[in-house]
Amino acid sequence: MISLRTLVSLICFLLTNGLIANTILVCNSCKANSVKKGIALASDFDTLLIKKGIYKEFNIVVDKPLTLKGEGFPVVDGEDKGEIIRIVADNVTIDGLFIVNVGTSYTSDYAAIRVVKSKNFLIQNVVLEKLFFGIYIEKSNHGRIYHNKIIGDAKDEYNSGNGIQLWYSNHVEVERNIVQGVRDGIYLEFSDEVLIKDNASTNNLRYGLHFMFSNDDVYTNNIFENNGAGVAVMFSKRIKMYDNTFRKNWGTAAYGMLLKEINDAEIFNNTFEENTIGINIEGSNRIVYKGNDFKNNGWAIKVLGACYSNTFTQNNFLYNSFDISYNSRLNDNVFDKNFWSDYTGYDLNNDGIGDVPYRPVKLFSYIVNRTPETIVLLRSLFMDIIDFSEKVSPVFTPDNLFDTNPLMKKSHD
Amino acid sequence: MFKILKYSFYDLMRSSWSYVYFLFYLALGFVLLFLNNDVSKAVITLMNIIIVLVPLIGTIFGVMYFYNSKEFTELLLAQPIKRSSIFLGQYLGVAFSLTLSLLLGLGIPFVIYGLLESTAIFDFTLLLVNGAFLTLIFTALSFNIALVNENKIKGFGYSILVWLFLAVIYDGLFLMSLIVFEEYPLDTFSLVATLLNPIDLSRTLILLKLDISALLGYTGAVFKNFFGTNQGLIISLFTLILWTFLPVWRLLFKAKRKDF
Repeated sequence: MISLRTLVSLICFLLTNGLIANTILVCNSCKANSVKKGIALASDFDTLLIKKGIYKEFNIVVDKPLTLKGEGFPVVDGEDKGEIIRIVADNVTIDGLFIVNVGTSYTSDYAAIRVVKSKNFLIQNVVLEKLFFGIYIEKSNHGRIYHNKIIGDAKDEYNSGNGIQLWYSNHVEVERNIVQGVRDGIYLEFSDEVLIKDNASTNNLRYGLHFMFSNDDVYTNNIFENNGAGVAVMFSKRIKMYDNTFRKNWGTAAYGMLLKEINDAEIFNNTFEENTIGINIEGSNRIVYKGNDFKNNGWAIKVLGACYSNTFTQNNFLYNSFDISYNSRLNDNVFDKNFWSDYTGYDLNNDGIGDVPYRPVKLFSYIVNRTPETIVLLRSLFMDIIDFSEKVSPVFTPDNLFDTNPLMKKSHD
Repeated sequence: MFKILKYSFYDLMRSSWSYVYFLFYLALGFVLLFLNNDVSKAVITLMNIIIVLVPLIGTIFGVMYFYNSKEFTELLLAQPIKRSSIFLGQYLGVAFSLTLSLLLGLGIPFVIYGLLESTAIFDFTLLLVNGAFLTLIFTALSFNIALVNENKIKGFGYSILVWLFLAVIYDGLFLMSLIVFEEYPLDTFSLVATLLNPIDLSRTLILLKLDISALLGYTGAVFKNFFGTNQGLIISLFTLILWTFLPVWRLLFKAKRKDF
């Protein structure tokens, strides 16, 4: 029998050491006057309350399950010396810090916050500036990156890093972040079942979102604007992209979205506006495009071979220079019930569906695909004339590529 | 020469055709801006119109004026005036009044809609300069044709053919040769082919200044490297000037030798 005394002391021991978390203050005049000291003093499940101030530190290793909470955005200044925070324990929360001056290196990817092989992390309300890599998640599952702001000042691709990078990390939620001015806004590699939601990735050097070999991910409500080359989506399966906006990716080699080797994806209700190429598709099969808006793009959709069994339905194609561009005469994709602003047919029985099929591939876009130099004749009267004659009697463009039920009104607003 | 220029100019002003032309552009400018309300977008639409309509109107107007004022020309020829002054004066009178109608007709609505504060002012200026050159070039071409052909129907036919050739057929031949020789590097060829046709040259010059040039891709980059530099701009302006001078020179040359 354990005596009452022992039991009480045991409970007291448990309470003080494990169950009840202490709060440790970190400030310039406290006992813990640096984040590192604070971590050293803390025991598991403690909270470090970091007061407003400037902490010049780097290589901070969080090796216990702690909560690092900033009050009034304390500045952690790495002075360009290297990595700033590295998380190597499960259940770590980082909240409300302002991290600046991450070191640049050509051999190791210094990050403002790096999570290594840890579970259940939460990184929120963090502001990062003057960074190399921002938040780097490495082989860590079940985490959340919420409401952070990453403002880079990248100038060249070769010496800049990515805003949020996930590498071999599954079940992570990336939500409500703002990323701008880095190389790739959000970068995923080998990361499955990730949710990317409500983020704004703008003005990045290369891609707003870039992912490879990452399956079963969901992307909703994100905005990708004015990035060097738009969004690149490659070698992934069963991706769901809903309600995203791809805007103003304008340049000779830019596109709203590049799909390469993507299979069985769902692309619903996205907006592609003012991109040189709305979607550039290569080797992607069984994708459903539904309810998307393509507005004022150079090419709304450019199909570059080996794309089979894709379905395009209820999309709005509005005022694009070219709606669809195809480089082969073979077509295995279905276009049905889309709205095309260039459609000139009529609807005698008033059922909202045009009586004449619409052919979205213009002869000019076919010729340009064959001989790219001919693009110099863009907006020439001659091209308009032959486009018209091709429209009347198609000879060169894929003859089974048409929308048999073109809508008379936009499928949605 | 200036007296004849002045006379032709006022003659056209009185004949109300210049006003029709002026009002047409005025209406066009206002309608475009009313529908678009975006100056830089209106510039693109306007370009399509300018590179097709301006040469056509220049051509028809030139031929018409030349045939109409034939008796007056013969009267002047009986006077002790140099032949070159007579024809140059008439040509410049027509060309200037057309250019003036174009500049004012398009300039007024755009200025009212806030062109001066917009960033499109440079593109717009380029557009007008090109329009002016096209007017000068095609009026000169049509004067040439009218001078050589006594038969009005023939004269009209040939001038329309010249317009058709430069505006449409040339591009067709250009396209064919690009496709036939697609195995070869075509950058220099397309540059030269563009330079040789004033309509294509104007179109390219304007396109490259607009956002839409991103669509041109690799070829566009080659073009931009050429036309985007000062040297390229000077060469293209020089070509346009050459295109104006050659027909005018031929006009004077033929006029001197023609037996009226």
